[in-house]
Amino acid sequence: MSDKTKKEIERIIGDYKYGFKTDTKPLRDTGRGLTEDIVREISAIKNEPEWMLEFRLKGYREFIKRPNPTWGPDLNKVNFEDITYYKKPSEKSERSWDDVPEEIKNTFDKLGIPEAEQKFLAGVGAQFESEVVYHSTLEELEKQGVVFLDTDTALKEYPELFKEYFSKVVPQNDNKYAALNSAVWSGGSFIYVPKGVHVEKPLQSYFRINSEQMGQFERTLIVVDEGASLHYVEGCTAPIYTTDSLHAATVEIYVRKGGHCRYTTIQNWAANIVNLVTKRALVEEDAHMEWVDGNIGSGINMKYPACILKGDRAKGTTISIAFAGKNMHQDTGAKMIHLGKDTTSSIVSKSMSAKGGKVNYRGLIHHAHSARGAKSNVECDTIILDKESTSDTLPYNIVKNNAAQIQHEASVSKVSEEQLFYLMSRGLSEEEATEMIIMGFIEPFAKELPMEYAVELNQLIKLEMEGSIG
Amino acid sequence: MATLKIEDLHAQAEGHEILKGVNLEIKGGETHAIMGPNGTGKSTLASVIMGHPRYRVTQGTITLDGEDVLSMSTDERARAGLFLAMQSPAEVPGVTNSDFIKSAMNARLPEENNISLFKFIREYDKAVAALKMREDLPHRYLNDGFSGGEKKRNEILQMRMLKPTVAILDEIDSGLDIDALKVVGENVTEMKSDDLGLLLITHYQRLLDYISADTVHVMMQGRIVKSGDTDLMKKIDEKGYDWIKEELGIEDERVVPEKDERILLEDCATKEAFEK
Repeated sequence: MSDKTKKEIERIIGDYKYGFKTDTKPLRDTGRGLTEDIVREISAIKNEPEWMLEFRLKGYREFIKRPNPTWGPDLNKVNFEDITYYKKPSEKSERSWDDVPEEIKNTFDKLGIPEAEQKFLAGVGAQFESEVVYHSTLEELEKQGVVFLDTDTALKEYPELFKEYFSKVVPQNDNKYAALNSAVWSGGSFIYVPKGVHVEKPLQSYFRINSEQMGQFERTLIVVDEGASLHYVEGCTAPIYTTDSLHAATVEIYVRKGGHCRYTTIQNWAANIVNLVTKRALVEEDAHMEWVDGNIGSGINMKYPACILKGDRAKGTTISIAFAGKNMHQDTGAKMIHLGKDTTSSIVSKSMSAKGGKVNYRGLIHHAHSARGAKSNVECDTIILDKESTSDTLPYNIVKNNAAQIQHEASVSKVSEEQLFYLMSRGLSEEEATEMIIMGFIEPFAKELPMEYAVELNQLIKLEMEGSIG
Repeated sequence: MATLKIEDLHAQAEGHEILKGVNLEIKGGETHAIMGPNGTGKSTLASVIMGHPRYRVTQGTITLDGEDVLSMSTDERARAGLFLAMQSPAEVPGVTNSDFIKSAMNARLPEENNISLFKFIREYDKAVAALKMREDLPHRYLNDGFSGGEKKRNEILQMRMLKPTVAILDEIDSGLDIDALKVVGENVTEMKSDDLGLLLITHYQRLLDYISADTVHVMMQGRIVKSGDTDLMKKIDEKGYDWIKEELGIEDERVVPEKDERILLEDCATKEAFEK
């Protein structure tokens, strides 16, 4: 790499310290714990229509009623009484960074968001604690009728469109944490891409948790109308604290007939974040949904992006990486529900564990009776970097018709001695050689990312791997 | 002008002694060939010189210009000027040939003094053409899905780029057709200079038609049992090795045990097991 490229990369990444925190005074804060009154209070602060309050209360009751899942990582250590469910950092979502409160703007500056926005994004949303503090879209997109707003604003400005799609793919009673999200949701992105419109550059949202024992519950709703296309990117970080914060988001996506949606996540939560996210897309005839899902951080992560392939010939793709370092438990995977005829899906999962981390793949392929001619391909590869770290692969395949195909391939390996020897015999140190093998391992994922994110991802992995060799 | 000196080298793998006192000295400008039947320890010697973790040196020394090679890690040996063109180079999916070789070249340079991208590309393209490799080589993954011949040529290409002072070519001729062997021979011959010591390891005399050697050594029972010049080469070409065995009273020349290729049940689900 030449000095110039190196400097360029340095510049993109900047000083890599996501663990910093910002001292801010919230404008509103509902205090610790969750009650029906707090749910009402959140709705009142947001000045919401009655139906939304009812929706929240239903979600709240469902959340209280349901036990934690009995499978996967132990969630009983999450103490719901200690968490603050709503914190409002600023008066409103601004369209200019100059209007965002100084210390919050500085946070996003440090994370490189305004810079990325100028360089290669078509629109940016930035959420700090519970609310979106900044939101902006290129004018040309607005002219084409593309709506990119924070979800709260969308509820006010596009009430009918909102109501038509909201909570249709992920109902309140879907699971305990989708119920919690329904009760206390705040912020997130709302995107509508009209028929035939192709959004060339990605839209990005950035989610930042700043306080200790905070809960962030954004709710994202994306509609890609017939023949339209969109690439949406989300990033997440938080400071390092000794006690846990909770992130329970819901993402609902509709890809209408012939549409294409790619949803890229680079999640780099600190190890004290418990991340429980429900992500699901409904894919119509000839449409294509792609989840590009990078899970680097978080203490516990449970996330299984799903595609419901409803229309004939609908296509679902998930390509994911999960890295579990010290004190991390990644329980991630993908779900593909085939309903339409000749629907196809592909899952490529790359997992790594190091320094005592635990990384599991948990996935579901379901071919319904109606999904004649459906085809699925699953590939799960894992590298375990040391003796302290572990990994399990838990694939579930359900086929209910006799004209469907599933292929599943899985491998678990250590960094191979022959590969290491080969690279070292050319002068690379053990650390450089290991890094190169790992980077090669995740290359099928990294090459799906825009260049800037691929560079950042490589840096993140290197950082996580530091000291895990030798 | 570098000198690689091996004295009384003993090495074992999994408790089994394979090298039993090897002595060899290679100076810059010289080309040595080690010949011998299968299983006599030739490739083990190459791996031990480069520091393969499978082998343990129990006795003897290896020095490069007086520096103790055995105390160096494999990467330090490479940076000191040693190069091993391997018999079966590893495949590394996801890592492109150009990224790999660029990193290897930079590993030899001080951190602030990386090779310029322009210079690198120019040099690399030249090497790709010289070895008659596919033009998309830089973007292909390292040895991934390469034919046997492509892998061998890629080894020589790396040697060209890394400019070692002592290079060991371990059965570079195996799996090569005549045309490829010619290309490899031309490239290696072109690289010959007073600054390069060469050690060729081969079963067959035919390699030496393409890369000429000054000295030839015959290895049996984990030792060099006979050394000579072109006359010895010719004699081996005509008569094989049996006369040497007779002359030295050797019944079984082999030291390397047959590989245990059993697959354990627990390995059955892995890709590696399928590839075996």
